[in-house]
Amino acid sequence: MECRSSVDIFTEWDIVAARQLGRNEAKSIGFGTVDQARITTAISELARNIYLYAGKGNIKIERTYDNNQYGITIIASDEGPGIADVRKVMNDGYSTSGGLGAGMPGVRRLMDEFNVQSEQGVGTTITAVKWLR
Amino acid sequence: MNMRIPILKLGDILIVSIQWELDDQNAIQFQEDLLNRLHSKNARGVLIDLTPIDFIDSFIAKVLGDVINMSSLMGAKVVITGIQPAVAITLIELGIRLENVMTALDLENGLDKLQIELEA
Repeated sequence: MECRSSVDIFTEWDIVAARQLGRNEAKSIGFGTVDQARITTAISELARNIYLYAGKGNIKIERTYDNNQYGITIIASDEGPGIADVRKVMNDGYSTSGGLGAGMPGVRRLMDEFNVQSEQGVGTTITAVKWLR
Repeated sequence: MNMRIPILKLGDILIVSIQWELDDQNAIQFQEDLLNRLHSKNARGVLIDLTPIDFIDSFIAKVLGDVINMSSLMGAKVVITGIQPAVAITLIELGIRLENVMTALDLENGLDKLQIELEA
């Protein structure tokens, strides 16, 4: 079973729309308040990265079911400049924006699975999953 | 949606209760409004209550941290109250430290703490 919804990110207000969508979805899947906060925050950070670095992109929220486990999948994709060194951005404290975002390591800690695919000049797709315990 | 956050005055303390999710513009507007009120009312203390807030991302955290530092530049002490368990957990996991910030569990404790600081 898969249920999809998505928000295009163009403006700051789309960041709010994306995280509200994610929070509602997380709530309806049955996540508790702490996980709802984790998921909402992760979406906010990923949407902000798109807004800051790529200018525009998309956040997809999917209801996931695998191995008898329910979960939520966030797919943040853009056709921006891409990430030159993925390993570097996954280090705590690395920033090119002067500390505006918490960065990718923070988002990874909030979620259970985290995957970055990026090609310079082509774009970036980040997939993050949180499982219902 | 442009909704100003009400800023109340009690003695020489300003009290702010953030009741709804802040978008970027509202957060920046709040920063300016609070500093202007601090100036015009000669307030010495600020209490910001976050009880209704169920998540804080890095941007909102940065605005909050900035407004605390800005207020202290203007000679005011700030206390943050009512941070929910879910908010505390996500902020730390995200790697955000609000350092040197006075906090209290609720409004009542926050006011007590602020009074003691202002009398000291």
